Amino acid sequence: MHILSRYLAIPFVLFFILLRPVSAALTIDITQGVDDALPIAVVPFKWAGSGPTRGSTTAAPENVASIVASDLRRSGRFAPVPDKNLVGRPSHGSQVNYTAWRALGIDNLVVGHIAPLVDGTYEVQFQLLDMYKAEQIIGYKIRSRRANLRRTAHQISDLIYKALMGVQGAFDTNVCYVTVTKNRQQQNVYRLAIADSDGYNEKIILETQSPILSPSWSPNGLQLAYVKISSRYGAEIYIQSILTGQAKRIGVTRRKSSAPAWSPDGKKLALTLYKDGNAEIYIHDLKTQKSQRITRNSAADTEPAWLPDGSAIIFTSDRGTGPQLYQVSIASHGASGRPQRLTFEGKYNARASISPDGKFIAMVHRIEGSYRIAVLERSTGYLRVLTESRLDESPSFAPNGSMIIYATEYRNRGVLAAVSVDGRARQRLQLNRGDVREPAWSFFKQ
Amino acid sequence: MKKQLSLVLLASVFGLMVGCSSTTKQDDSTSSADGTVSGADSTKGANVGDAGSASKLAGDQADALSKRVIYFDFDSSDVTSEARDIISAHAQNLSQNTGLSIVLEGHADERGTREYNVALGDRRAKAVKQLLVVQGVQSSQIQVISFGEERPAAVGHDESAWSLNRRVELLYSGS
Repeated sequence: MHILSRYLAIPFVLFFILLRPVSAALTIDITQGVDDALPIAVVPFKWAGSGPTRGSTTAAPENVASIVASDLRRSGRFAPVPDKNLVGRPSHGSQVNYTAWRALGIDNLVVGHIAPLVDGTYEVQFQLLDMYKAEQIIGYKIRSRRANLRRTAHQISDLIYKALMGVQGAFDTNVCYVTVTKNRQQQNVYRLAIADSDGYNEKIILETQSPILSPSWSPNGLQLAYVKISSRYGAEIYIQSILTGQAKRIGVTRRKSSAPAWSPDGKKLALTLYKDGNAEIYIHDLKTQKSQRITRNSAADTEPAWLPDGSAIIFTSDRGTGPQLYQVSIASHGASGRPQRLTFEGKYNARASISPDGKFIAMVHRIEGSYRIAVLERSTGYLRVLTESRLDESPSFAPNGSMIIYATEYRNRGVLAAVSVDGRARQRLQLNRGDVREPAWSFFKQ
Repeated sequence: MKKQLSLVLLASVFGLMVGCSSTTKQDDSTSSADGTVSGADSTKGANVGDAGSASKLAGDQADALSKRVIYFDFDSSDVTSEARDIISAHAQNLSQNTGLSIVLEGHADERGTREYNVALGDRRAKAVKQLLVVQGVQSSQIQVISFGEERPAAVGHDESAWSLNRRVELLYSGS
């Protein structure tokens, strides 16, 4: 209630604090919305159970409508109406006064209810309504459990996004990232964390005093590959199960390895090995534990990323002047053909992330002494700089290609931010304390 | 607490400047190189001024041996002439004492991507290793580790910190 009133106090600033901040490790600020964002209203879902009411909202275990509205707002594509401006509290399409909502300038309305069932589960029903045609666009009944209600809300957001935008939403997904804090001895403590795409349900899966970097999701979302740099062995790649927490170093012998990238089929890792005198790209077969060499030259080749169809790898190399992106085709026997240079604008282009449709490459691009996130359209070669800070890095596409999450600095702290591929929508995700970096957006849940 | 830290940092920077009369000059030239953002081009210019002081110290083996950090220019793994004298002293020490072993820890400043900086730190450390090996040190005495930008020596987001972070540390172990 306290948080809700804070939210209501500043309805016109595109800024909000998530409910229950105690359990939220991240706060998300929308720093730039889209001018033509769609006006939509998400009416608090009617609670069909018994129990105390909480202000004007219901006493359902989760405020599903609020989570949905936050999701939609965060995408930059929607402008949900504040609760206090709602003209009525319908919970079903049959109760909607379309004229009144049209007068409010609302194109679409979301109504629904949550009912506890005798077996302890919940039924969440919602409808997305078109105010001008006065008809239902979509309507669903979803069975959920108490612990799953947030996820159900994200799934509802995905359905609404798909119905109105034509592409699948990426709300029911995860992000992983690395946080860094100081312990009492002023030593760095690194944590590898996983959270919902809105920053909730953070789980720490690894805590260590060795630097962690480059987390990479397995396509099935069950494992993370990452790099740990120890004083004794240097950089080494580990694969950790998210469910069991069990971590295993890859390879039969100890050797310096870095920059893991899971192949689209989940069977291999593209990675960097340092055994040849300099950094070279290899493909490591997770079953046979054998590595196949892809690059061969005296320059540093690193940061491999797969095309979504697995037909090529895009990587960073300073074989020319300074680091640039190159593409090499992959056949069953290894590299096929010579690597082709992809970036020509600027003297520093590195750390490629490829959009799920394969059409765009996000990268770190240096311009006027600053490191920013840029996107290259592969078909035209057109490069667009998306961000404006000094030290932006580690771009990672959302699985629907709509947003790119990346690491940046804000008030001398490492924070995460996200920007839409067209640069129009932006948001910042702030951790309660310490630095946060190295974000990677998961694939769609299977 | 914060004040104390920055004082310590200041003191250590000051100490460095006293230790090497040309440090100030090095700072100037590297920061101008940074302004043009073409670090690779400025590699040679940055430490030419050190030659005088370095040759003065060249005979003093103990002094060179006491230096255990080699600094680099932006996005560069080229070893400067002053650093070569330091490395030579360590090469002599290691080749005469084969029981000694050394870890070469390569580092980069915070700019650019983390993985590319791991590769850069590795290349810096291997550049030092190569100079040790050609001067008679056994490969088995040397271990190379890159921390990329993850273990900065100086905190801060400007050239004065960056120039201290682009480095290879020579860490002796064994007996």
